[in-house]
Amino acid sequence: MLPRPTTHSKALGPGVAGPELAVATSAVLDRPPQPIAHLPLSGAQPCAVDPAVLGDPRQHTKYPYVTGTSVMAIKYKDGVLVGCDTLGAYGTTKRYKSTQRIYRVNSKCVVAAGGEISDFQYISNLLDELTTEDYRIDDGLELTPQEVHSYLCRVMYNRRNKFDPLWNSLVVGGMQDSQPFLGMVGMVGTHYTDSHVTTGFANQLARPLFRERQQDDMSEEDALQLMYDALKVCYYRDKVSINKFQIAKVTKETGASISEPFALDMRWDYKLFAQPTKWAVGAW
Amino acid sequence: MGSNAGGFDFDLCKRNAMLENKGMTLPKAWKTGTTIAGLIYKDGVVLGADTRSTSGNTVADKNCTKIHFITSNIYACGAGTAADLEHVTEMVSGQLALHRYATGRQARVITAMTMFKQHLFKYQGHVGAALVLGGYDLNGPHLFTIYPHGSTDSLPFATMGSGSVNAMAMFEAYYKDDLDRPEAMALVARAIRSGVMNDLGSGSNVDLCVITKDGVDYLRNYEYLQAKTYTRQFPVKYPPGTATIVKQRVLSLKGVEVIEGVAEEMDVS
Repeated sequence: MLPRPTTHSKALGPGVAGPELAVATSAVLDRPPQPIAHLPLSGAQPCAVDPAVLGDPRQHTKYPYVTGTSVMAIKYKDGVLVGCDTLGAYGTTKRYKSTQRIYRVNSKCVVAAGGEISDFQYISNLLDELTTEDYRIDDGLELTPQEVHSYLCRVMYNRRNKFDPLWNSLVVGGMQDSQPFLGMVGMVGTHYTDSHVTTGFANQLARPLFRERQQDDMSEEDALQLMYDALKVCYYRDKVSINKFQIAKVTKETGASISEPFALDMRWDYKLFAQPTKWAVGAW
Repeated sequence: MGSNAGGFDFDLCKRNAMLENKGMTLPKAWKTGTTIAGLIYKDGVVLGADTRSTSGNTVADKNCTKIHFITSNIYACGAGTAADLEHVTEMVSGQLALHRYATGRQARVITAMTMFKQHLFKYQGHVGAALVLGGYDLNGPHLFTIYPHGSTDSLPFATMGSGSVNAMAMFEAYYKDDLDRPEAMALVARAIRSGVMNDLGSGSNVDLCVITKDGVDYLRNYEYLQAKTYTRQFPVKYPPGTATIVKQRVLSLKGVEVIEGVAEEMDVS
């Protein structure tokens, strides 16, 4: 049996699996939609025991479990760079050290996510369905990053309206009509496009560096150096991060490629850190 | 109450809780939502701070001083509740002056640090003072951070306040061993600028304070970052020819008699 497509339901909006046509929704009924036994409102896969039956009224996501930390991205002369580490943390435990948090949509676009990893895998599935459609139609047209950005914005906002958000901060980067494109979508549907975008801790750590040094016409070496500096600072000061990064590059010539995981040189041997409490014995 | 046995007396906390239950709202403390930073370089310490003081979402003081005098060789930058900072720094400054007269020696930075941490720990974090304490004494340059609950860290570079993460990004990216004076000042100013530009609780200008064995350089308003770009001049002076003449009509004064003479006083009787 073919899997039920989840990208779009005319009744419930994008990013939600459900009946194709407007059946039993508040649009045609005079009461709000009720969760049917075994089928939650968000249209997720049916579960074995409906929580409502157990008396638990909870229908919305309350906390993320396995999370990714910050993502940072910049535009440069030839395209965009998107960088993040490869950690899937379970609370503060560094549980999955090889998660790839960047998803290649097509040769023009990549999407990276911080936040709940399972929701990001679901979003990758949605984008996969769309690109498979494109492949089937086979007319040489691919989804552009602007379209992916708008689509993800609608998905996130629609899920937020159902009190069942996808707990992610997404970064969409790519080439739009030979121009670099960079956008961000948050878990409630907040979205914007800019020359540099950051999520999570990188908002406070990497954004000052980008504001000072990022230029739309910077060269690739400068852009890579800036990205390395930003990744390093985020590793130094974010408790839930590891020294294993991936950078995705999208340009017109080379298309979209995600690098192999790599480590950066960190400096732990500054002289004054050697004996910091020499003159304050007993202090930290 | 009235016991001579010593220890903490929390009676007024019960009174405050009862008043709050009855609907009284406590006055909002002025906070200094801030960026403060300090850095040890080759010959001394550079301290930096922004100059914005906020009360809720309003800027209360656009150009306040956050680098407080402790002794002639020790200064402290403060973040947190403005009143607590003023009083606690003045108290330690006074205590250290007495200490200097008693010992006959220059004050040491760890003495100031110990006085701060013992006072703050006694009040279990209710005194909202977070400090970056820096100075130069016989043992060289020192830099400490002191948290409201009384813990301290001894560090080569440190930042505190709401803009601390933004400023720390600059330090982590650009700190090197053996910086010299102009490089250290430029780096601290860059870190404070990062806080001012990227944090809403910090703003206005950058103050720097450089402490070496030769003395202190207190550079008030070292950089003006958010000064007004245009200030109006009063009275307004327009040079002749400013207004374009669209139409001109000259009336010659025919039939008007001009009398030269003494002005007549107005009759005000």
